[in-house]
Amino acid sequence: MSWTDIGALNDIPRQGARVIKTHAGCVALFRTADDRVFALNDQCPHKGGPLSEGIVHGTSVTCPLHNWVFDLNTGAAQGADVGQVASYDVRIDGGRVLIDAAQLVARKAA
Amino acid sequence: MMTQKLVVIGAGMASGRVLEHLLETDPDAYDVTLFNAEARGNYNRIMLSPVLSGEKTYDEIVTHDDAWYETHRVTCRFGEHVTKIDRDRKVVIGQHGEVAYDKLLIATGSAPFIIPVPGKDLPGVITYRDLDDTNAMIAAARPGAKAVVIGGGLLGLEAAAGMRKRGMEVTVIHLMGHLLDRQLDPAAGYLLKRELEGRGITVHCKGATKAILGEGKAEAVLLEDGTVYGADLVVMAVGIRPETRLATDAHLEIGRGIVVSDQMVTSDPDILAVGECVEHNKQLFGLVAPLYDQAKIVAKTLLGEDAAFKPVQTATKLKVTGCDLYSAGDFADGEAREDIVFRDPGRGIYKRLVIENDRLVGAVMYGDTGDGPWFFGLIKDATDISDMRDTLIFGSNFQGGAASDPLAAVAALPPEAEICGCNGVSKGKIVTAIAGGATSLDLVRAQTKASSSCGTCTGLVEQLLAATLGDSFVLPTAQPMCKCTDHTHEDVRRLIKAKGLKSIPAVMQELGWKTAGGCASCRPALNYYLLADWPLEYQDDRQSRFVNERNHANIQKDGTYSVVPRMWGGVTTPAELRAIADAADKYNVPMVKVTGGQRIDLLGVKKADLPAMWADLNDAGMVSGHAYSKGLRTVKTCVGTEFCRFGTQDSTGLGIKLEKLLWGSWTPHKVKLAVSGCPRNCAEATCKDIGVICVDSGYEISVAGAAGMEVKETELLCKVATEDEALEIFAAFTQAYRENARYLHRIYKWVAKVGLDWCKATIVDDLENRRALYDRFMLSQSVYQKDPWAEHARPAERPQWGPMADFTLEAAE
Repeated sequence: MSWTDIGALNDIPRQGARVIKTHAGCVALFRTADDRVFALNDQCPHKGGPLSEGIVHGTSVTCPLHNWVFDLNTGAAQGADVGQVASYDVRIDGGRVLIDAAQLVARKAA
Repeated sequence: MMTQKLVVIGAGMASGRVLEHLLETDPDAYDVTLFNAEARGNYNRIMLSPVLSGEKTYDEIVTHDDAWYETHRVTCRFGEHVTKIDRDRKVVIGQHGEVAYDKLLIATGSAPFIIPVPGKDLPGVITYRDLDDTNAMIAAARPGAKAVVIGGGLLGLEAAAGMRKRGMEVTVIHLMGHLLDRQLDPAAGYLLKRELEGRGITVHCKGATKAILGEGKAEAVLLEDGTVYGADLVVMAVGIRPETRLATDAHLEIGRGIVVSDQMVTSDPDILAVGECVEHNKQLFGLVAPLYDQAKIVAKTLLGEDAAFKPVQTATKLKVTGCDLYSAGDFADGEAREDIVFRDPGRGIYKRLVIENDRLVGAVMYGDTGDGPWFFGLIKDATDISDMRDTLIFGSNFQGGAASDPLAAVAALPPEAEICGCNGVSKGKIVTAIAGGATSLDLVRAQTKASSSCGTCTGLVEQLLAATLGDSFVLPTAQPMCKCTDHTHEDVRRLIKAKGLKSIPAVMQELGWKTAGGCASCRPALNYYLLADWPLEYQDDRQSRFVNERNHANIQKDGTYSVVPRMWGGVTTPAELRAIADAADKYNVPMVKVTGGQRIDLLGVKKADLPAMWADLNDAGMVSGHAYSKGLRTVKTCVGTEFCRFGTQDSTGLGIKLEKLLWGSWTPHKVKLAVSGCPRNCAEATCKDIGVICVDSGYEISVAGAAGMEVKETELLCKVATEDEALEIFAAFTQAYRENARYLHRIYKWVAKVGLDWCKATIVDDLENRRALYDRFMLSQSVYQKDPWAEHARPAERPQWGPMADFTLEAAE
């Protein structure tokens, strides 16, 4: 693990998201109503919609383009839709958001 | 084991299912290369008929899109024909090069028969197999254009019904004495013919095509009996044959199709075949259910598991909305065969059962097909029916005496009975899901996929829910708002006011929401209801808004946005146009488009550029056009008295006043207005949500028009003498809509519910109420009439619009 500080928790709106840019595309950081943070690839496996622009409800997000719903814990599509987005380890420490940069780098190589 | 190379020729429904099974079971077993002559991946071909009739779009029937192939690391060679299979070198040769294989799967499907008549190659003669054919029919479908369908089988009739639905004049020519002669007997064929003729389709049975006439393109069809039918389009749907050319050239064993073993292996142990191109035990396959069974076997064989394909009987349904017919088994006349027939000509019902040695072997139903799955089960299981023969024709709910319960029929079905033909879901699987907690239609759909494709079995699934859950399942009458609650939209609106609920968490708590944070469907609705009812107290929740309203720009399919500045009444100035042009240059806008609402759309803007672009447009005096909002969009105007020689009033001026009065207000759905300066109606005011036609003596205000999915003329609300009165009526009417309509209902839908008379009485005639509505509207405007661009373009806000961190910069060091 190589935890990298990417900003303050309050930079992400509650029930909202922000992105981090990488060479292999954007990763979305979601913040739930109860201040948990999750990181998923910012690309819906259906038509590539930006999940970071979806509505966050509970620990799910709904893609803004065609309403696929993903579980933020696993990145798995919910309901009858079949799909999976990659997820990354994130943690909060003293109001700061830390992500495992090694995973992001590994993703780039993949 | 080393990863082997699998090459698949043909991306159809059968090979699509193979890949799903294979990659689900062992994603690393094979490197897959997929050839498809069509320049696209797999889609649900059996749903082409709803696409043709306009009930679905192509996007809705795609089963595997580019992302799916990418995720599953399938190398796609779409739009490329395979020219040869070289079995000695174990390579497949495509137009753009060859690919080696360890295992090869041939899934070339079938090719349509073209009857060899003069004129068969003329432009305008097509078949009905794929999306391109479907699109050709849609393109030809001008109302009044003539189409001739040759072939009255399943495909031909679906094509005919679809084109008729699009307004074409359609004739079906069928060689045999009755339609669907392979599925129906003559009596049911007659009822079907009568139904289609009732829809305006001409049916010509016993018609043999002699030639297709025309110079340079198809113009008419000539029959052997001398009849001529005019035709702008000729669709040949006379049958299909397995597409075996590649396999034949490779010297595989071919009968009518590519011969395969029970393991779906051809005469070459490294080559398998699946789908409509195969022949198994002398039998060919055209319906989707056995192809899906074959696909399972192919996947298992490829993974080295034991499996054998055993074809089961399949039943047929016609996918023409409103035509209820069902056939299963074999119903040809035979020596040892007996018929039981039921006819009710008045109601258009016909049922025929064919019995042999006390077993049901065939069933044909028209008009009332509810017992179809039960009969089909009896055929498949070869049940001895001698005990129930007397009442067999009346269906399952007559067996065992209890006749009156409508649920008894579905309750009597055996667990193997197929409920959802599209997805092959049995009654047993659905009942198991219900017992496991799937207590609503949505949950059953989510867990089993039953009734999630064509939807014709929705009623059956609901009956299963009722039969399994008993009194605890109430067949739904009022639709709840969404899966998160049992309350309807109307209930929620009423309770928000009655209980004084002023936040989304309060609503969810007090009204017993079943989910933690709602969903993407209820959250925007609740946010709207709250801000409309409590303009001063409620704090708009940006995170409960759909992306377009949250970002004040319309998201496009590639994740970019469109920016539309307001042009009051459709009037602009050279300075504004310069500022728009400068912004388009500065932010590399790929498309500048004039909209139907008399303004300019800048398309393809990156999210991070939005605030700066808005600031530039603000500096030139422009504000957001709310082209993305459930709110006031545009006020379209004509030039009116100022320039037009026919104008009766200053329509442009009134349009500008209306837009300045109403802009920024949030409404249940979008609101588009127009003002025409005279009854010539150049601003097309009579298909808007609210429109004005100016006349010499004043202003005619009409409401509830539509020009989208539905087209509807407005209805006259009232006529007023002055501009001031017109403005007051517009604001009061909009407020009544804001306070009473259900979220996502346009004005025409709302007016249809409350009635125009109610609108006239409460908004026009009741002057006190009109004034109160106007005042409440203006109170809301005091809060919400503000330019969102100016707010978000502030320097302190801008970082929010970019990424939180940028790892591409670090890596570049």
